[in-house]
Amino acid sequence: MEQQTTNITPQPADKAKIWGIWKVMLILLAVTAVEFIIALAIPESILPKPVKVYTYIGLTLVKAFYIVGEFMHLSHEKKSLIWSILLPIVFIGFMMFIFLYQGQAIYNALFG
Amino acid sequence: MASTAVVVDDKDENIWGGGTEPMKSSYGKLMMWFFLLSDAFTFSALLITYGLIRFKSPAFEGDVADFAFSPDRWPLPDFVFNAFPGSHALGVDHAPLVFVGIMTFVLILSSVTMVLAVEAGHRMDRKAVEKWMLWTILGGFTFLGCQAWEWSHFIEGIHVDDLNIFQGANLSQNQYGPPNFAALFFFITGFHGFHVFSGVVLNFIIFYQTTVGILERRGTYEMVEKVGLYWHFVDLVWVFVFTFFYLV
Repeated sequence: MEQQTTNITPQPADKAKIWGIWKVMLILLAVTAVEFIIALAIPESILPKPVKVYTYIGLTLVKAFYIVGEFMHLSHEKKSLIWSILLPIVFIGFMMFIFLYQGQAIYNALFG
Repeated sequence: MASTAVVVDDKDENIWGGGTEPMKSSYGKLMMWFFLLSDAFTFSALLITYGLIRFKSPAFEGDVADFAFSPDRWPLPDFVFNAFPGSHALGVDHAPLVFVGIMTFVLILSSVTMVLAVEAGHRMDRKAVEKWMLWTILGGFTFLGCQAWEWSHFIEGIHVDDLNIFQGANLSQNQYGPPNFAALFFFITGFHGFHVFSGVVLNFIIFYQTTVGILERRGTYEMVEKVGLYWHFVDLVWVFVFTFFYLV
């Protein structure tokens, strides 16, 4: 059943496209480097722990955006596909809110 | 009726009526996306469990310089994961994030080589697909090797002179913090490591199919794209594990 094709000549690579891929990698590395600098070089007297934590989460979402959008190509898919992947993620947000709130409540019951 | 001709009126055609790809994405790719969505829920459940247990446990308060391990409070990750292979021999006692930084770098790099393999597949360039798939597999093995070292270091523990203190970690007790700390480490990084392992196996199968020319004869390298989606997802999960286990 498989289509028989012989003597295939590969098309030449598009330099701009290849550079675009490496550019995404540089962005990911740069964001990771920023996380390292915040973790190792900036003391908590300048950036309090909660500020650091929210910065880490924000930078993680930036990395997630580039991995899913560019590497997994989701940004260039049809809108209906983008939404059918992104909308169910709302449940994860809800789960996060409800369980972290619960964890705090258990702490208060045990040690508060 | 096999002999009946089907006339499709383009103007009234319903894209969900069959015969077309409504999301302009093949069946296989679409199913991979929905599998990955369900996998995202599994990993989220594990990471949120980590969050809940950490929130319900007492945290270390005070100056970082005074930190010591105790089963009564959650440890600071910088003091648990602070070594790399040979760091003790070099006399480096405290090197937080160095080794896990290398692991992150390896995984991001192998994601890039995967994208390059997919791109080469679009151009029907068999030699380039082989090359980049091989680099991706190599990256996967490197990451797994690092993970194995990380685990053995975690299980062996940090040397203490007091024989009454339990050294190292297992599923029921550990020297770093509450028992759940090690249990969550084993479950979350283990589940992720198993995904990496499956990814390497899938990548190898596709690499093999490329080298023997199966994909070229098929006329499309879409299989590279499908395992590529899975491989990037593994990278994506690591980005989150890295943040919540090692940074926060």
